[in-house]
Amino acid sequence: MKNQRLQRVLVTSASSLLAVFVALCICAVILLITGKDPIQAYSTLFGAAGDIKVLQGTLNRATPLMISAAAVAIGFKMNLFNIGVEGQMRVALLATAVAGAAVDLPAPLHILFCLVVAMATGAIWAAFAGWLKVKRGVNEVISTIMLNFVALSLVAWAFDSFFTADSAPGVLLVKTKELPPSAWFPDIVDRRLNGMFFIAVLVLVLFYVLVWKTKFGFQLRASGANAGAARVTGVNPKRMVMISMLMSGALAGLVGMRALLGDVHAYQNNLAEQQGFNGIAVALLGRNHPLGIFISALLFGYLGEASGRLQLEDIPKEITTIMTGIIVLAVVIINEAVKRWDDKRIQHKAALALATRVVAQ
Amino acid sequence: MRKKSKIIASSLIALSLFAAACGSDDKASSDVIAGVAFDTGGRGDGTFNDSAATGGEQAASELGVEIKELEATVDEDRKANLELLVEGGAKVIVGVGFMFTDPMTEVATANPDVHFGIVDSVVDAPNVSSLLFAANQGSFLVGAAAALKSETGHIGFIGGQEIDLIKEFEAGYTAGAKYVNPEIIVDVKYLGPAGDNSAWGNVAGAKEIAAGWYAAGADIIYTAAGGSGAGTIEAAIEADKWAIGVDSDQYLTSGDETAQAHILTSMIKRVDVAVFETIKASVEGDTSGGIKMFDLSNDGVGYSTSGGYLDDVVSKLDEIKAKIVAGDIEVPTKP
Repeated sequence: MKNQRLQRVLVTSASSLLAVFVALCICAVILLITGKDPIQAYSTLFGAAGDIKVLQGTLNRATPLMISAAAVAIGFKMNLFNIGVEGQMRVALLATAVAGAAVDLPAPLHILFCLVVAMATGAIWAAFAGWLKVKRGVNEVISTIMLNFVALSLVAWAFDSFFTADSAPGVLLVKTKELPPSAWFPDIVDRRLNGMFFIAVLVLVLFYVLVWKTKFGFQLRASGANAGAARVTGVNPKRMVMISMLMSGALAGLVGMRALLGDVHAYQNNLAEQQGFNGIAVALLGRNHPLGIFISALLFGYLGEASGRLQLEDIPKEITTIMTGIIVLAVVIINEAVKRWDDKRIQHKAALALATRVVAQ
Repeated sequence: MRKKSKIIASSLIALSLFAAACGSDDKASSDVIAGVAFDTGGRGDGTFNDSAATGGEQAASELGVEIKELEATVDEDRKANLELLVEGGAKVIVGVGFMFTDPMTEVATANPDVHFGIVDSVVDAPNVSSLLFAANQGSFLVGAAAALKSETGHIGFIGGQEIDLIKEFEAGYTAGAKYVNPEIIVDVKYLGPAGDNSAWGNVAGAKEIAAGWYAAGADIIYTAAGGSGAGTIEAAIEADKWAIGVDSDQYLTSGDETAQAHILTSMIKRVDVAVFETIKASVEGDTSGGIKMFDLSNDGVGYSTSGGYLDDVVSKLDEIKAKIVAGDIEVPTKP
């Protein structure tokens, strides 16, 4: 039993590594075609790791990615595809910025208050999609995508109409009223690495415990794997959809908090943009497992951090975007191939065992 | 390929313009490294960002500086890219777009011996030049031109994101049109809410709106929406009406005869001049910051006359321009 699990972990990690390697090879070919030197490009790319600032930046960039990937993964566990993390994050950002600036609390409480508001508003926005699925059978992929547009427009309108604070003359960058310092999430390394990193790690740990070590998690995975069978054992699928959507939304609410509480301290347009969408790729690459998500968030963070250095070497920034895209594709394809190979191997083993038993009889 | 040829075309144009203006042909050489930091969705828009790039290229050929360009992909890149340029030895760095306000404040404060410039915003630090444009004044003139040339008394404005920056364009345009013809109908539409970056590259969306307005009787449409403006030009070609370009002289940057026959004029925002002047000042040792206003009085904004479609109204427009410069006409900044 133990041996088998170890084998599976090894196969999974090896296939992910293989995917990254294949992606690097494909990108090298693309670089060659565009007339760039792949060796030089990769030495710049990996050479950046020697800079402590790059490593701090990597962790900082990975923070929101880890949380948004966890938000996506918790849906995936139940076969729910929440593409609405971006919209849920955006609603939570504005709500938290406004609520956080309106109250006056001592430091740790104020931060806690902001995090709770963010999770609550994110969950409420996700609840629409959950409700539509449970009550009306609307596919959550469609409803969450549509709700992203609604969220973007609604938040832009509400922000512009009610919540903008006066900016200095000539400054076109408009923001909400600044959060009082008691709501600022402290930095680990001043202005380079924010403490929200620990929250993100905590989210992943809790995610692991919840999904793999509790009864609820078992029911969640069971309904994801086989909804019919789970129902027979007394799991209410509608309830599970609603709960996992709410949890996904609550995590989505936290995604933008590093940018809001740890960096800008006010809401502005485009704040934390794309972080909700990027979580989908991170979750895919991390195969919806907390450890995988942690590693792939670091990889994405690192690629983002190194992209500027590649640009300085005259390598277009699109190369890193292409690279992340190819890595994700390669992971999906290679995983499927490895899974088929693994299935076949197990079948073969079982057939062999059966055959020997028959022969023995 | 198209992008590249566009960049080459626009830089050639700018170069020739500049050579004509200055008459200096000898290539100065200097060992200064200058950085240009673009925002997300940066180069290749044919207008705003490419204009900034042109300014950098001009500095490279005129002043012999080495230009390093970085473009942001996500939020965190803005500060990281400014820092990378500082580390790379840049002595002068221009951030293109107001989203650089906060990151530049931080990086400029930490690097007082580097000279910075920011387009479309104000950073209050002694080593930052804040490069502001009176886009409303230029828009007032193209609005007046539209009203003078319109046969139907019905014109339109398509904006990119509905943000204060673009509302200034709308305000000036509408005011200019109404100044000439108080009865004129001005349709206004934005391609996306604040924060919707697709609004800067939504060619299909702009085309759809423009085609609808042209069919409804509008004959001139001004588009201030970055790369989306190409859609309005396409619709103008199909409906045989007029489009007005923005930021760069799109008659020149389009480089396509069919399009040129339908570009009445462009509101020019000389981002290239602002970028070039900032680098030049730095090379010459003037690294002082402060607000640098580019408006009608110093030709930092204006309108293009390529194609000669405005020849019959230029005198009238120059009259209006003089009044704005003299302060007799006050151009609103908000619609």
